[in-house]
Amino acid sequence: MPEVITLAAENILSPVILCFVLGLLAALGRSDLSIPESAAKMLSIYLLFAIGFKGGASVAGHGLDGTLVGTLLTGVAFSALLPFLAYALLNLLTRLDRLNAAAVAGHYGSISIVTFLAGASLLSLRGIEAEGYMVAVAAVMEAPAILTALWLVSRKGDSRLDPALLREILMNGSIVMLVGAFLIGWITGQQGMAKIEPFIGAPFQGVLCLFLLDMGLIAGRGLRRSYKVLSVGVLAFGVLMPLLSSAIGLGAAVMLDLSLGGTVLLMILAASASYIAVPAAMRVALPEADPSIYLTLSLGVTFPFNLAVGIPIYYAAALAVKGGA
Amino acid sequence: METHRAKRVAIIIEAPMRRRLEEAFIMAGVTGYTVVPVLGGNGRSGRWSSEGQVGSSGGMVQFISIVRPERLDMLLEAAIELVEKHMGVVTISDCEVLRAERF
Repeated sequence: MPEVITLAAENILSPVILCFVLGLLAALGRSDLSIPESAAKMLSIYLLFAIGFKGGASVAGHGLDGTLVGTLLTGVAFSALLPFLAYALLNLLTRLDRLNAAAVAGHYGSISIVTFLAGASLLSLRGIEAEGYMVAVAAVMEAPAILTALWLVSRKGDSRLDPALLREILMNGSIVMLVGAFLIGWITGQQGMAKIEPFIGAPFQGVLCLFLLDMGLIAGRGLRRSYKVLSVGVLAFGVLMPLLSSAIGLGAAVMLDLSLGGTVLLMILAASASYIAVPAAMRVALPEADPSIYLTLSLGVTFPFNLAVGIPIYYAAALAVKGGA
Repeated sequence: METHRAKRVAIIIEAPMRRRLEEAFIMAGVTGYTVVPVLGGNGRSGRWSSEGQVGSSGGMVQFISIVRPERLDMLLEAAIELVEKHMGVVTISDCEVLRAERF
């Protein structure tokens, strides 16, 4: 237990998390600090490119191992099935109606790539390697949860999924960037990595800091606007769900025999909730669902929880089960 | 200077619906429209702002189209199916244009 506290303290006092806290406090204090939308988009493209390329180059360097297919399928299964757990937990803890519960559930099957980045950053600072293909696992976990959420709503009749929406989900910009960079990294391998390492290596932490500053601002503004939707039950769900999902992620990682780093990242992917791909799909397919509920929960509760407390807990749990650091 | 009567339709709609509304306009034969970003506002669904959005899900855009009065119903029929369940506002106002052959 004391180790978890030390880890959490170290994590909270890292520049990345402190930048998030700065953004959060600035927004709650109604500061006019802001990062221009186009700059934030550029930062996000940089981060997706860097993490995707590094993952691909790592796979090229270390080769594919037998667990790749199993881990990818586990990722798809997590994304498709975790919304059912979320839906059941929401019914237990909250009074959300079927539509809003399904919309929220979809967010908790999909992933937050920024949480993944923060976890990968923590591992990298501790010198712990993870399977390079975890980036691909992150990419395949974005979409299936959306289909489950729509199924939860449409099982009593009206279908909410049309071909145009399916194409938009699969061709979502962050998925294209992540998978594309992964493939480029895989194709060009260590030689390609050597050519662009100065660009995607050293500046990475600084860019992540600025991006998390922006995320803090966004989370703070969302909380300021929509804190009223956070009943005790809804808040409890936002904290309990990632803990439950990460425990399932830990079990799967042990069965797949992933490395310590891979285990932590699979737990983080299972525990994180989407706030980019899924909200956009929900606005199109479930316009009646209240965005202030699902956005405030995923971005205002689960994201900061994972960032500050969750990641150290997942790391400590993986360390206890897998051993070695 | 001679002016001609026309209808100005302004539709404020959620950003993720933008492409669908554009396609609906084109399918209905309405090829002239402008899409502009909007900063923020307040309405039945609460306050919102384009500032600090992750992705397009929380943003809104405004479609502006100027059409001849006889084409108004065609445009509205194309738009209403998409906009009726979503947040937003549809307004229609009279306006005058200089070059009628363009509308």
